[in-house]
Amino acid sequence: MMLMKRRDFLKVGAAAGAMASLYGCAGGGSARGHVVVVGGGYGGATVAKYLRMWSEGGIQVTLIERNPTFISCPISNLVIGGSKTMEDITVSYDNLKSKWGVRVIQDDVVGVDSAKRMVKLAKGGDMSYDRLVLSPGVDFMFDQIPGLNNAAAQSKILHAWKAGPQTIALRQQLEAMKDGGTYAIAIPKAPYRCPPGPYERACLVANYFKKTKPKSKVVILDANEDVQSKKGLFVKAWNDLYKGMIEYRPNSEVKDVDVATNTAVMEFDKFTADVLNVVPPHRAGDIAAKSGIKLVNNRWVDINWLSMESTSTPGIHVLGDAIFPAPTMPKSGHMANQHGKLAAAAIINMLSGLEPNPAPVVMNTCYSFVDEKNVIHVASVHQYDAATKVVQPVKGAGGISVARNELEGKVAMGWAKNIWADMLA
Amino acid sequence: MKLFAPLAALCLLATASVSHAADPNLGRNLAATCANCHGTNGHAVKGSGMDALAGMEKAKILQKLADFKSGDKPASIMHQISKGYTDAQLDLIATYFAAQK
Repeated sequence: MMLMKRRDFLKVGAAAGAMASLYGCAGGGSARGHVVVVGGGYGGATVAKYLRMWSEGGIQVTLIERNPTFISCPISNLVIGGSKTMEDITVSYDNLKSKWGVRVIQDDVVGVDSAKRMVKLAKGGDMSYDRLVLSPGVDFMFDQIPGLNNAAAQSKILHAWKAGPQTIALRQQLEAMKDGGTYAIAIPKAPYRCPPGPYERACLVANYFKKTKPKSKVVILDANEDVQSKKGLFVKAWNDLYKGMIEYRPNSEVKDVDVATNTAVMEFDKFTADVLNVVPPHRAGDIAAKSGIKLVNNRWVDINWLSMESTSTPGIHVLGDAIFPAPTMPKSGHMANQHGKLAAAAIINMLSGLEPNPAPVVMNTCYSFVDEKNVIHVASVHQYDAATKVVQPVKGAGGISVARNELEGKVAMGWAKNIWADMLA
Repeated sequence: MKLFAPLAALCLLATASVSHAADPNLGRNLAATCANCHGTNGHAVKGSGMDALAGMEKAKILQKLADFKSGDKPASIMHQISKGYTDAQLDLIATYFAAQK
């Protein structure tokens, strides 16, 4: 089975390579080499597809992903709220393989030797690369919340901040909760993945309670001093749609939990909930630290904005939530997809002996559901600034919705369908 | 085959380019920032409700973008996004999408 896949991969690569040489030029078609991509989320799947598409098959791409299918974090709060299913947020890797000739391997990368340009797989042995792309997302700093720092605790007090089994498990906890119960979500200090996500989740859980368990409450324990995204629009939704159901507590950093009683422990306060949902602080996915690349604050990868290449380690590019972000840049799936394209263009140039594009642009849109139909957005555009060597937000561009509305609810689902296709179809 | 003409043009650009010149694929790269919503190369997913920009006349795309920028065309989000790009960048984006089949 594995042999077949490898042979098909080589065949596709050779055919596409021949095509590329027919039409090739220094602009892209002449790029050759093997790029290994670690992580098949919004960043990794995008860079894999775009490397194949833009090099016209000249670059061989291997994508290593530990999960059998892609499951989207964006839209997953609707599964937790009960209006969407896991099937709605799950997409296959089949098109990446059959249509784009990406070799997709389900495995874990356990080490990187950047000097020898090799990655070590848990099951599949060593693999060499010309360029490596790490798109590992985040891992959680459970050590910051001692009571959560073991598997049993983590199976009871969920984060559901990576879509998958925890999404289902949190939904089940909410379904099992009695009317009159309390759901609490604890938000870590920024930066964290998806700034508006926790406030959206509070809305959608309250929306579920309003319909089925109207005596229940939602409490937001925010480590930050204020709502981190779309504040006015979220607060208005809480007041208009969920009056008396949602309580917001700023400056409430969870330092520990008591698993037996489902209690969040803050510096001066404690809070016991029927369903306690703690999103721990995060850092770049573990493989970033294991690969020996430079981390800022021991957490986020420092990258060159012209190429997404690590500032410390040539040949390793890093995308998505794992990076030390540029000013006002959110950790979002949309942004990771944009990083993927920036990196793909740069890698193709570098493998063709050209400099990366000196003027990259990335942009972000983020839609949040405040109930199953009404949505609010935030958008921004970021242009490379040669003076600061960082992509900077364009002044006067971007912004938020005027008010929540159903039209943007439709647009949000249109966004999801198109970005999933942009990565995986 | 459809890629031949633009690539040939890009080859000319590439041979002339040095590190400080514009990237020969700048239009492609800029247009790719739109693909999250408007589909890869402007081929929006059918039935998704998003404008498919592939093959749309360049002048039409530019007029839409200008109207978003000026506020003449009401929008939920495009008035905010279009302002993030220079007119020269929007021209490259429109050129790229118009050339897509």
